[in-house]
Amino acid sequence: MSRPAFTPGMGEIAAQAGPYEAAPFGHALADLADERPEIVGLTADMAKYTDLLPFADRHPDRYINVGMAEQNLVAVAAGMARMDKIPYITTYGVFLTRRALDFIAIACAHSNLPVKIFSNMPGLVNGLGGTHQSTEDLAIMRSVPDLTIIDPCDAVELRQVVRAVADIPGTVYVRNIRGNVPVLLDPDTHRFELGTARHLREGADVGIVSTGTMSGRALDVAEEAAAKGVDAAILHVATIKPFDAKAVADFCASFPRIVVMENHIRSGGLGTLVIEALYGRGAVKPLAHVALEDRFHECGPQDYLETKYGFDRQRLLEAIVEGR
Amino acid sequence: MATEMAARRNAPEPADVTELSRRALNIRRHIVTEARGKGQGYVAQGLGVADLLAVLYFRELRLDPDNADWTARDRFVLSTGHYSIAMYAVLAEYGYIPVDELNTYGMAGSRLPMSTFDDVPGIEMVGGSLGHGLGQGVGMALAAKLDGRDLRVIVEISDGELQEGSTWEAAMSAATFNLDQLVVAIDCNGIQADGPVTTRIEPVADKWRAFGFDTVEVDGNDISKLCAAFDALREFNGLPKAIVMRTVPGKGIPTLEARERAHFVRTEAGEWDKLSAELERSW
Repeated sequence: MSRPAFTPGMGEIAAQAGPYEAAPFGHALADLADERPEIVGLTADMAKYTDLLPFADRHPDRYINVGMAEQNLVAVAAGMARMDKIPYITTYGVFLTRRALDFIAIACAHSNLPVKIFSNMPGLVNGLGGTHQSTEDLAIMRSVPDLTIIDPCDAVELRQVVRAVADIPGTVYVRNIRGNVPVLLDPDTHRFELGTARHLREGADVGIVSTGTMSGRALDVAEEAAAKGVDAAILHVATIKPFDAKAVADFCASFPRIVVMENHIRSGGLGTLVIEALYGRGAVKPLAHVALEDRFHECGPQDYLETKYGFDRQRLLEAIVEGR
Repeated sequence: MATEMAARRNAPEPADVTELSRRALNIRRHIVTEARGKGQGYVAQGLGVADLLAVLYFRELRLDPDNADWTARDRFVLSTGHYSIAMYAVLAEYGYIPVDELNTYGMAGSRLPMSTFDDVPGIEMVGGSLGHGLGQGVGMALAAKLDGRDLRVIVEISDGELQEGSTWEAAMSAATFNLDQLVVAIDCNGIQADGPVTTRIEPVADKWRAFGFDTVEVDGNDISKLCAAFDALREFNGLPKAIVMRTVPGKGIPTLEARERAHFVRTEAGEWDKLSAELERSW
């Protein structure tokens, strides 16, 4: 099957200011597949744009492109999983969650098949508008029974997740981060563990609960907030389902106010989970929520969109410092 | 094992049509047993594919009735989950499930629901959402091909499922991946939920040929012709196979064959004795 060779940075959105790693998903999967012959990698014409090419280069015999056919992508993966394979499948999140949902639910999750879904460009991470921005995927996927959902925050955690999901039973949905992915966590100390929230920063004044790439932004902006005299703690919730409700509730109990940050629409994602965890325990306290409004977004440069839709540094800083 | 399999495929045992016909009758009897007293069920479709299932389980498929999870088995994927009534019938006839259990079909707490779940021994897929079967069959055949496993994957789909776009996505990929151990058996019974099949699906066989399948068209209620169709498509030539079967809903019970609206048969409680008698007379 002809395809372009992988070059680092291909499919990348914008260069990061800090340290980064190119295509951690594809390289981690290629490494894991060296050890695990049952792993196969599938895509629906999106190998280049989902960082699957490093895997395809090293394991061409286990690389499958089904063409622009997302329902078939998931169905074929399900069939392979029934034949003792562990399929990792990639395409854009919008095409998986909106178009192939029935196949994820019935063909995979209903039978707890080990299909590992790496869903790309989740949230406001590109300028292509509502057709390509998977801003409501957590809300959709949370409704699928027996599905595990993971939203890693950086290259270090993403690598760990790629490895971990092979041994997590059943169907797993991962919000993949492609291209040049920031390195934020210490690979020697950070350990992804399914269903366990992680403290990324200690603080006394405000508690930030965040997931995915917003945890990196939270770390970044928390330093700026500290300079303004507001000391923020950060609890990073990489596993959306099963949700670590107790850790979140305990964390929230130790702060006078809470900020939830997620790259997702306001309803049905992390914020909803936090509120459920708190109200379920009778806890009510001020909660600022940085999230996307329930709308389709226009096309345009990333920084323009982030400012327009409230993901810029100023907005994040306001949420932390002023609690709104 | 490879030699054994190749020999089996290239020179199958001569079809004992009488024996297969007896099995098909038993499958139909089991279907009536399942439906009896319920007043309703997907009886007509089940009766229509009874001959195919007899040929598959007692001639084509390499299975082990004592070990449903035998990894080297051929895979039979029933894509039409509502044909479960026929699937349970053949599984009972084959020895995967007890014949007595058929009485529980569709009842509360039964493991034999009106749409297939894969927790029943011998059922390879969760059915009910149409258009799922061929893609999963492609995945099974692809995995077998990657591993050099010498097994066949036979997928049953219906003419109604030709309306599902995912069926054609799967068909394209089957040809792309040269899945010559994949056989799709298309049950063309002409009915769907609201009545006759509505969309312009003909010419069905030409469509499969155009999608790269080695294709034959056959009377799906003629056992000797079904056997000949499977024999005709036994060659490993790089092409996936398609058998377009023309079947009669309710086949074997004239009263049901004559019904115009046969998608979901509702029958008076007292009518089953008459239908059973018709079935026995048809043998």
